[in-house]
Amino acid sequence: MEPVLEVNSLTMDFGGLRAIDQLNLRVMPSEIVALIGPNGAGKTTFFNCITGIYTPSAGDIFLSVNGRRERLNGLKPNRVTQKGIARTFQNIRLFQNMTVLENVMIGRHCRTSSGILGAIFRDRRTRLEEEKVVSDSYKILEKIGLDRFVNELAMNLPYGAQRRLEIARALATEPFLLLLDEPAAGMNQKETQELDELIVNIRDTENISILLIEHDMKLVMRISDRIYVVDYGKKIARGNPLEIQRNPAVIKAYLGEDPDA
Amino acid sequence: MNVRGELKKSFQISAWFMFLTFPILVIRVNTVENVIEWRWYNMAIVGVSTFLGSALWRYLLSVKEKSQRINAASPGNMTSFQKAFSDKRFFYPALFILIGFVISFPFLFSMYQANIMITALIYVMLGLGLNIVVGLAGLLDLGYVAFYAVGAYSYGLLNFHFGLGFWTTLPIAAILAALAGILLGYPVLRLRGDYLAIVTLGFGEIIRLVLENWGEFSHGPSGIANIPRPSLLGIDMTLTQNTIFTYFVMIGLVLFTIFVVNRLQNSRIGRAWIALREDEIACQAMGIDRTRTKLTAFALGATWAGMGGVVFAAKTTFINPASFTIWESVIILCIVVLGGMGSILGVISGALVLTLLPEYLRAFSEYRMLIFGIMLVSMMVFRPEGIIRNVRRTYTFSKE
Ligand SMILES: Nc1ncnc2c1ncn2[C@@H]1O[C@H](COP(=O)(O)OP(=O)(O)OP(=O)(O)O)[C@@H](O)[C@H]1O
Ligand SMILES: [Mg+2]
Repeated sequence: MEPVLEVNSLTMDFGGLRAIDQLNLRVMPSEIVALIGPNGAGKTTFFNCITGIYTPSAGDIFLSVNGRRERLNGLKPNRVTQKGIARTFQNIRLFQNMTVLENVMIGRHCRTSSGILGAIFRDRRTRLEEEKVVSDSYKILEKIGLDRFVNELAMNLPYGAQRRLEIARALATEPFLLLLDEPAAGMNQKETQELDELIVNIRDTENISILLIEHDMKLVMRISDRIYVVDYGKKIARGNPLEIQRNPAVIKAYLGEDPDA
Repeated sequence: MNVRGELKKSFQISAWFMFLTFPILVIRVNTVENVIEWRWYNMAIVGVSTFLGSALWRYLLSVKEKSQRINAASPGNMTSFQKAFSDKRFFYPALFILIGFVISFPFLFSMYQANIMITALIYVMLGLGLNIVVGLAGLLDLGYVAFYAVGAYSYGLLNFHFGLGFWTTLPIAAILAALAGILLGYPVLRLRGDYLAIVTLGFGEIIRLVLENWGEFSHGPSGIANIPRPSLLGIDMTLTQNTIFTYFVMIGLVLFTIFVVNRLQNSRIGRAWIALREDEIACQAMGIDRTRTKLTAFALGATWAGMGGVVFAAKTTFINPASFTIWESVIILCIVVLGGMGSILGVISGALVLTLLPEYLRAFSEYRMLIFGIMLVSMMVFRPEGIIRNVRRTYTFSKE
C-alpha cells in the first residue's frame, strides 16, 4: 500500500537555525500517527512546511490519493488544502467574529465554485450550492457535537469547543490527511477523553489519515498506531507506542538524563 | 467604583494641565508698556474645565465598561436597535415613512438642501464601496479617493474627447476604477495593516499628482469644466429639474449599491473576505486563494468609487485635482469606521452623519471642526464598534 503522506529528508533552516534536519516520515491510509518531542523540537515547523506556509530548504513532500502521487513542495497553502491536507493550529486561529457555522462554511470554500456574478444574481446553481454548503456544514457540526452553538460567534465558545471547531472547520475541506497541532492543549481530562474518541471516530468513519502533534502522552499512547519522536529537528525514534515507551533515547530526550544512570 | 480615586486622578490631570498651559495662557508680556501681565483667571478656567472634562470622561468610560460586562454575559448579539428593526410591526410603517420622505425630499426642501443630500448620497456609495475593502476584507486602504478620481476623470475626459454621455460613462468608469483597484492590489498583496495603509496613501497621492502635473492628459490644476449634468432621454431640463433628477439617480445608485453589497457579503466571496480579515493564515489554510480574494475586494470596492466619481463630476460640472486630496480618503474611512465596519446600515448612517453634520454645524462657524473632532474621538472611545454594529447572519435548522 502506498503511504498517503511521504516526507523524504525534509530540512528547514531559519537563518542559522536548523529547525528540521533530514526528517523522513510516512503516514499510511487510515493510520493515526503521532509526532512528539520536547518544546522547540520543530514539530509545528514540520506542519508549516507540509501545508505550504513555509517553503522547506530541502527535501520532498509527496501526497498520494486515489492512486495519484503529487509533489507538494512550493505549493501555496490554499493549493495544499485543495489537494487534500487540512490542519488545525497550536494557538487557536478561528475566525473569531464569524459564527460557528460560518467558520465551517469557510472550510467548504475550496470545494465550491460560485463567483461574483453568482453572488449578485443568486441564480439557481448558486442557491443550491449555498443551501448545500449550509446543510453540509451543519452536519459536520452535529458530528463534532457543536450543533448547539451554530449561531454563536466563535470567540464566545468555551475553550474546548473552540479546539473542536478547528477540527470541524478542517474536516469541511474534505481532507485525506488531517494534521492536528496539539488538539488537547488546555483541555481537562473529560474533554481530552471526548477528543480521543472523536479522533478515532474520524479515522474510522471517514477514512482520513491523521498526523498529530501532542504533549499529552496518555492520549498519544492510547490512540496512535505509530509514533515519531523528534528532538532538535532530528528524528530520534520511531515505532508503536510500546516500543517508544521503552526507547532509551526517547526517555533521555524527555527526562534529560540517562534512564540507567 | 472608586469615586474618590477617580476624582483624585481627574484632579491630578487638571493640575498637570494648569502647569502645562501656564506659560502660554497665564503669562503675557505686554510689549507696549514693558510689563508682564499675570492672567490668573485663565488658569482657573483651565483647571476647572479640565477637571470637569476629565471627570465626565472617566464616568462615561466606567459606564461603558459596566454595560460591556452585562452584554458579554447575555446571549445573542443583537442591539436593541436591531431588535426593533426585525420587529415587523415597527419595521413596515418605518420603512413606509422613510420611502415617503426620500421621495418627497427634493420637493419639500430647497435646491441647496437637495444638493447637500446628493453629496451625502455620493458618500454613502463611497462608504459602502470602501466598506468592502476595509470593513469586510480588513485591508486598510487610505488611497480610496484615487478611484473616485478615476471615475470623475473618466467622465470628464471621455466626454471632453469623445462626447460620451453620463449613462455610457457610468459602466465604463466602474470598470476603469475596478482595473485601477487591481492595479493597486497587485503590488500590495503581501502588505498588511500599517504598511498597506502607507502604500495606499501614497497611491492616492500619486494619482492626484499625476492629474495635477500631466497637463496634456488631465488639463492640470485648472481641471475640466463644462461637464454635462445627467441626462434623461435627451430632454432639456432646467437646473432645478436637473438637480431633482440627479437626486433620484443617486437614490437609484445607492439602492443598487446596497443590493449588490448585501448580496456579496452573504455569499461565498463575502465570507472569504471576512475570513481574510479575521485571520490571513487560517484563511489560506482553509483553501482560500489569498491573491484572488484580495484583488476581488480591491476591484469590487473601487467600482463604487468609480461610479460615485462620475456622479460627482456630473453634479459639479467641473473637476480638478483639488477635489481628490487625502482628506477625502480620510473622511470616507471615518464613515466606515464610525458607522460600523462591515455593517451596511452603519455605513449609511455614518455617511449621513459625517456629511450632513458639518453642513448643519456651519452655524457654529469656527467651532464646527472642533465639535466634529470631539465627536469622532468620543465615538471611537465609547462605541468603537460604530453607530450600528455588524451582526452576523443566523440560520435555523429543524432537527430530523
Ligand atoms: N518563523 C520562524 N523564524 C525563525 N525561527 C523559527 C520560526 N518558526 C520556528 N522557529 C524556531 O524553530 C524551532 C522549532 O519551533 P517549533 O515551533 O516548530 O517547535 P515545536 O516543536 O512546535 O514546539 P512546541 O512543542 O513548543 O510547540 C524553535 O527554535 C523556533 O524558535
Ligand atoms: Mg508547536
